[in-house]
Amino acid sequence: MDQSPVRALNFSHGSVMTETPPSFVPPPDEAANRPGPETRPVFCAIAWLAQAGQSGPCFTGGYALPASKPRVGLLVTCLVDLFRPSIGFAAVHLLEEAGCEVIVPAQTCCGQPAYNSGDRADAKSLALQVMQSFASCDYVVAPSGSCGGMLAKHYPDLFADEPDLHATAIAFGAKCHELVSFLTDVMKITRVDAHYPHTVTYHDSCSGLRELGIEAQPRQLLNSVQGLTLVELAQADVCCGFGGTFAVKYGEISDAIVTHKVAQASQAQAEVLLAGDLGCLMNMAGKLARQGSAMEVRHIAEVLAGMTQAPAIAAAPERAR
Amino acid sequence: MSARDEILATIRQALHQGDDATRRAAVEARLRNTPRGIVPARGQGDRGQQVATFVDEAQRVQASVTQVATAQDIPAEIARYLRSQNLPLTARMGSDPRLSALDWSAAQLEITQGRSNGDDLNGISHAFAGIAETGTVCLLSGAANPTTLNFLPDNHIVVLNQSDLVGDLESAWSRLRQLYGKGQLPRTVNLISGPSRSADIEQQLLLGAHGPRRLHIVLVTD
Amino acid sequence: MSLHSTTPQFKDNAHHALHDAQLQKALGNVRNNFVERRASAAARLPEFDALRDSARAIKDHVLAHLDLYLERYEAQVVAQGGKVHFARSAQEACDEIVAICKAHGAKSVTKGKSMVSEEIGLNAAIEAAGMEAVETDLGEYIIQLRGETPSHIIAPAVHLNKEQVEEDFRRVHTHLPIDRDLTQPETLLSEARGILRAKFLGADIGITGANFLVAETGSSIIVTNEGNGDLTQILPRVHIVVASLEKIVPTLDDAAQIMRVLARSATGQDMTVYSTISTGPRRPGDVDGPEHYHVVLVDNGRSRMIGSEFEEMLRCIRCGACMNHCPVYHAVGGHAYGWVYPGPMGAVLTPSLIGVEEGGQLPNASTFCGRCESVCPVHIPLPKLMRHWREREFERHLNPALQRYGLRLWAFIARHELVYRLLTAIAMPILAWLGRKSGRFSHLPLAGGWTQYRDMPAPQGKTFQEQWRAKGGRCS
Repeated sequence: MDQSPVRALNFSHGSVMTETPPSFVPPPDEAANRPGPETRPVFCAIAWLAQAGQSGPCFTGGYALPASKPRVGLLVTCLVDLFRPSIGFAAVHLLEEAGCEVIVPAQTCCGQPAYNSGDRADAKSLALQVMQSFASCDYVVAPSGSCGGMLAKHYPDLFADEPDLHATAIAFGAKCHELVSFLTDVMKITRVDAHYPHTVTYHDSCSGLRELGIEAQPRQLLNSVQGLTLVELAQADVCCGFGGTFAVKYGEISDAIVTHKVAQASQAQAEVLLAGDLGCLMNMAGKLARQGSAMEVRHIAEVLAGMTQAPAIAAAPERAR
Repeated sequence: MSARDEILATIRQALHQGDDATRRAAVEARLRNTPRGIVPARGQGDRGQQVATFVDEAQRVQASVTQVATAQDIPAEIARYLRSQNLPLTARMGSDPRLSALDWSAAQLEITQGRSNGDDLNGISHAFAGIAETGTVCLLSGAANPTTLNFLPDNHIVVLNQSDLVGDLESAWSRLRQLYGKGQLPRTVNLISGPSRSADIEQQLLLGAHGPRRLHIVLVTD
Repeated sequence: MSLHSTTPQFKDNAHHALHDAQLQKALGNVRNNFVERRASAAARLPEFDALRDSARAIKDHVLAHLDLYLERYEAQVVAQGGKVHFARSAQEACDEIVAICKAHGAKSVTKGKSMVSEEIGLNAAIEAAGMEAVETDLGEYIIQLRGETPSHIIAPAVHLNKEQVEEDFRRVHTHLPIDRDLTQPETLLSEARGILRAKFLGADIGITGANFLVAETGSSIIVTNEGNGDLTQILPRVHIVVASLEKIVPTLDDAAQIMRVLARSATGQDMTVYSTISTGPRRPGDVDGPEHYHVVLVDNGRSRMIGSEFEEMLRCIRCGACMNHCPVYHAVGGHAYGWVYPGPMGAVLTPSLIGVEEGGQLPNASTFCGRCESVCPVHIPLPKLMRHWREREFERHLNPALQRYGLRLWAFIARHELVYRLLTAIAMPILAWLGRKSGRFSHLPLAGGWTQYRDMPAPQGKTFQEQWRAKGGRCS
């Protein structure tokens, strides 16, 4: 985690550092389709390159703003919207600290429950609704690998038989990201300015891990949190048994899987269990709570943003850490 | 319609290919050219490297390997091996001239010839080829090396000439095509990698399930 | 003759499995051993992923030319002195095999491990015709003694422990001394070896499956670790191969590509101990080997899968990696799936072969965690194919009404943002207030499937969007 001070940038809030400025190039279709005389991202990138060329090894001082902020639409996800808004605010904080302009278009559900239950028609209309709501964003970011994967990978599949919409869905999918990987891979964030003096372990939620390849990114950012000790969870890549409606339809099997998962989390000797998807977190937290465990369960964004005032998931208010 | 014709018709209809000629050409080309796929680097290298790889890989799968300088050394090595395993100096083998030509009695070995009927403790075969990639020996059926000798005796001893060692399965196929002609094979080609085993009881790996309990390879430098 | 299924009772089967302490202990072996072994075998071969791509390409090529390769394969088998029999259904396949056995006046039949023979219910057919059918793979032999079906496609007795095997051996092998020691896997194996050796030597017919059918040479290839498949085919007068259509590969080179991923994916071996290429009957001058060679090619619903959205399932090479990595299989084992093929591959294949009305539970019983697809040596998109089955079920209104209406209600709310906003603005603060003390619910109406086993975290209060709007779109 050693950072070159010359390359490190200090943005307005002074809390997020990047290796390079967010050289921001939106997906080509998007740039071409956006009407109006407002700031054109593609020009920003060119302007920044030109500026960099003129001033030689730039950013010698600590304070330089990018020429334009990428406009990020936060798909907060229905679970976060309804159950745990604190994750949404943590996501906004992280994105703004990374130099993004965050907007929150009116939204409901990405359509994943319908899609995974075989209801393609409803899934399609919800996908169209999301693509429309977020059409003006340079990026769409969700604090969830599962919903991020739905947008990025499965929307194109939904419209595979409709050439026009298929192309639109592919272009849309290309600008959709899960929060943590967006911070590291697109915004080139390498560390966060947060303090969390606890031993934590991290569960790799399935969609993020296997559909979006999110594995190193959360660990990289967690390791930059001051005071935090990250211990690895045995079989961190194994499903927690949530699986959306599976947890209710096959509650008993789901319970067997989550029981195994939380047993391993307990063996990891961590105080706090983190993951990047609220569905998995509610499942694991619900099981730990039922077992009377003292282990706290939180979304990784809360820890990375230093916003852990709210009680942990399924925890009573006085148990806030 | 016969089952055969109905099945083939269902498949053809499902593939609904108007252009059958192109498909036929693709099939003919593949069968004619037998294109090689990805061949692991592991089995490649010069002869010395291939020998080293073969020995390593064979031992990894619980075969034992000894190297002898010439064919004349084979009987003594086999006698040594049988003594070391506390086994009687008897063995059965086929009519392979490379084995028949050797002086077995000088090594005090009592040899009988023919297929196995299940009452032989030790069997000796001459391999057609060895495959470095996986420490595998390749044996061909026939009176020279009856297949029953590969499976019925408790202890299987395989003689392999170093000049018959190849890097990979594909090279073994090439040699088979050279020997038998394209599209032709002996009745049975056995690729054997270590002694018989089973892990069917509580996932515990045990050697000697139905086939030989031991596989000993005598690699002849020739 | 096809095997009866208990697939519609999947949930009950799973319930029993979850409460079977012995089974749960046995499943721990799958959870750990298979996963580690595959991972280390894959890590030892730098070309492993490229070989997976190659294997997929070969299978796709074959499926696009299957009719032509089948014709070539058949011609080559005949040219080598063998016979090919096509069977549309399980019944036809059994009839063909029984007819061959009878024609040779057979009394005793030995069998190598073959999943398609399980699928067509072959043992029952042979026994109904008055012949003895003996499974010779150790695991298959054990479950045959117990009257069970395999619980895993490559480790059929993985659900049992050695005490259960001892009990069965003592029950059946009554001619052996009562005071013999059968407490260890070694002694159990040794006893089975002795018993089955006699069966091998006395059999009239040997039946094996096939991992590959090679069009280039008309050969069948089997891979086994025990050597039972070899003793099955070289000792009797007649060797019958029973295989499903999609086992065809064009050339020996193609077989080599797939062999390199098969054993590594299955058991973590680089190469199975015995890979055997069998071509026709014994040749003039041969002193052993079968005098007759027959191949029974089984369709049983597969030709219908070609060109359908389930075609990719026909790439499957039956390695078992998907079930070895499946959290649902780890939890309930193979028998809960209720038919021949368990785990993710079974969840896709079962409805294809016995109908979604009968097998529809299986593609639903998945978390879509995707671990199966990530280890599949031929890249079958198993979650996607399971989702396709859910779509077929949804279209045909086969899923439970409550679930269906619940989903459609949620979709209706989600499609109307104002309705969503209004309902959630009322509901979430109420739920938050109700759960304010403990931060969770131990009971919730309509969520019994959840709260029976774990608590439901309480919401924090107002929705994110409501708070966001109240703050004027800013973050505090």
